[in-house]
Amino acid sequence: MENDNSNTDSRRWFLKTISSGGILAATGLALGTLSSCKEKSAKKTTLLTTDGKLVQVPNSEIEAMEHLHQGASPKEAREGIPGKKWVMVVDLSKCKNARKCINSCDKHHNLTPDRPYIKVLEMKDNEKSSPYWMPKKCFHCDNPPCVKVCPVGATYKRTDGIVLIDNERCIGCRFCMAACPYSARVFNWGEPPEGKLDLPYSPETSLPSKVGTVAKCDFCPDMLRQNKLPHCVPACPNGVIYFGDEIDDTVTNGEETVRLSTLLKDKAGYRYLEELGTKPRVYYLPPVDRLFPFEKVTEENSES
Amino acid sequence: MNKVLQQEQLYRTKRGKALLGHTVNTSLKYKLWITFLLIIICIGGYAYYRQLKFGLIITAMRDYTSWGIYISNFVFFVAISLVGSLISSILKLNNNNWSRPLTRLSEIIAVAAIICAAVIIIVDMGRPDRFFYVIMHLRIQSPIIWDVIIISTYLVISLLLLYLSLLPDIALCRDRLTVIPKWKKWLYRTLSINWSNHPKQIEMHLKVTKILAITVLPVAFAIHTVTSWLFATTWRPGWDSTNLGPYFVSGAFMAGAAVIIVGMYLVRIHLKLKKYITELHFEKMGRLLVLLSLVYLYFNINEYLGPAFKMVGVEGEHITELFTGKYAPMYWFVQLVGLILPIFFLIFKPFRKPLPIFIISIFVVLGAWLKRFLIVIPSLQHPYLPIQDVDESYLHYIPTWEEWAITFSSFAWFLLIITVLIKLFPVIPILKEKLDSETIDKLNIFKNENS
Repeated sequence: MENDNSNTDSRRWFLKTISSGGILAATGLALGTLSSCKEKSAKKTTLLTTDGKLVQVPNSEIEAMEHLHQGASPKEAREGIPGKKWVMVVDLSKCKNARKCINSCDKHHNLTPDRPYIKVLEMKDNEKSSPYWMPKKCFHCDNPPCVKVCPVGATYKRTDGIVLIDNERCIGCRFCMAACPYSARVFNWGEPPEGKLDLPYSPETSLPSKVGTVAKCDFCPDMLRQNKLPHCVPACPNGVIYFGDEIDDTVTNGEETVRLSTLLKDKAGYRYLEELGTKPRVYYLPPVDRLFPFEKVTEENSES
Repeated sequence: MNKVLQQEQLYRTKRGKALLGHTVNTSLKYKLWITFLLIIICIGGYAYYRQLKFGLIITAMRDYTSWGIYISNFVFFVAISLVGSLISSILKLNNNNWSRPLTRLSEIIAVAAIICAAVIIIVDMGRPDRFFYVIMHLRIQSPIIWDVIIISTYLVISLLLLYLSLLPDIALCRDRLTVIPKWKKWLYRTLSINWSNHPKQIEMHLKVTKILAITVLPVAFAIHTVTSWLFATTWRPGWDSTNLGPYFVSGAFMAGAAVIIVGMYLVRIHLKLKKYITELHFEKMGRLLVLLSLVYLYFNINEYLGPAFKMVGVEGEHITELFTGKYAPMYWFVQLVGLILPIFFLIFKPFRKPLPIFIISIFVVLGAWLKRFLIVIPSLQHPYLPIQDVDESYLHYIPTWEEWAITFSSFAWFLLIITVLIKLFPVIPILKEKLDSETIDKLNIFKNENS
């Protein structure tokens, strides 16, 4: 009985925190759209610099700055968030290839567009069935091939289900890239093009990226620690990506919060390439009953 | 009686002159050869400096083709290194006395190849500065660690095999070669560790070599099997084969035999050793190469027939690309010129003469190198999920000049190590075999096996 109580409590806590995160993210999104329409006006704004000077900057030059906060240290990052089992559900019937998840992920992980962590793949199961879009990240497998083959334990599985990389440990042998059947991993072949970030390194933010080491989607554990959703989830305008806790049995796409088990049961959720035995933590809902045509260029992705 | 003895004395000095001459006289040809190798090594060194400075971005490897010619070259060198165990263990344990003049050469090639393999794997690392993490943060579950362990074991055994068989000859050099530079005298004196052909020494030596010849066998099989597991333990359609271990090992023996034939020919010509490396050796090695190639052909059929018959999904696409796609010219060159035609030609005796078999072996070696390229790269380009949404450069793999320069400099290192070892020590075992046979007669310790 007591157990039940604590369960509902934690569920309520989760719903509350996730939804507040959703609101925060939604405001962020609104700000983002505002700042993106740079009007060529002569209006100037007076700003205070960090060294105490007042400067005037044309409004068209002002951009919202990303709040890059400090993530957990490599040692702390090996421990998962207690009592959590993160899980993701991707509803393929809703994905229109808006690519907002990719943009937001690239932005927060300081990635260039040629090697994103998230890919939206154009899939077609057979000749007769129609094509559909499949957003693909790291599947954070429960039986992860990458973790198995790593010679130095640079990539590891946490108690909360997340597979992370310690870029300060990685020797760059790329065995994990060969082992991953989902091609989820990217490599820092050269120095990061965007230059060096003045931040202490954290595996939870995967920042700053380190040359000669491997990287991938990390489920944004730094956001999760602040009770916020991973960046890609609120970024999606179509509510494709649901994220949540398997123990709580709830997932949310920022707009609606649903029971994980009910969602997977009702919509015939499946995991990609289940037969490989990797036990992914990312579920897919089949691309059925789509209310939109399959278009490569849409209003939503053309602007990006 | 006295005459016979005199004649024998004369023969021994002649023999000594023929077998030790090259360690004393330095020809212009030799100097030019060394200079040539050093130039290639320097170019490779510059390319590696660039790689250290800019990262692996200077290679053509990208997120899908994440392993390139460094890894295929690594597999090639591991394959070549098996030759040492083939000649000095398998043939020796089977009492094939004809192969005795080839043992030294094969052991030298094995040592050079395994050193190059170990180095090239470090070149492939994104963070060579963290090499020692492999020991500090070792995870025994990882096949890479198995490979590190087995390669270092094989390196030690190969070095011991080479050194022990050299020991009596180093002592011979110490005693016979008097007009040589001081450092050489010091080298022979130090390395010969007071060897004096004492019967006790010889007996112990014989036992140790026998133990080593047996130990090297499982390690040699393991080294290439474990290397094949680097591929077989991944979740990749092209490498998902239970046949991969024996396929790699048989290919390695074939490539190794071809390399030893190339080496034999070059040593025989340049060191004027026609009396010691005879046509009979080429004849026998030719037969051996046919046998090993047939075994490799068998495993090749096993490797490709099943997947090609079923054409399952991505595996089928991979096979189609090899058979008729962009890798087809290379694939058929490797299978025809590097495997089937050599078998066909070497069946006929005239082709087992030194020059023809030398040329055929060069093609076998070239095919063996390209085959490793075909094993590594096309499989990586056929993952389960389609390759989309990436930069154009991610779709192809055409090695950059830096990668070629580093690869060629690895060949140069390989040849340099061989050349220097041959220059320092007699390439044909002089004393050891004689001592061995005398001791065998005297001590009769292998009575049971010989009877």
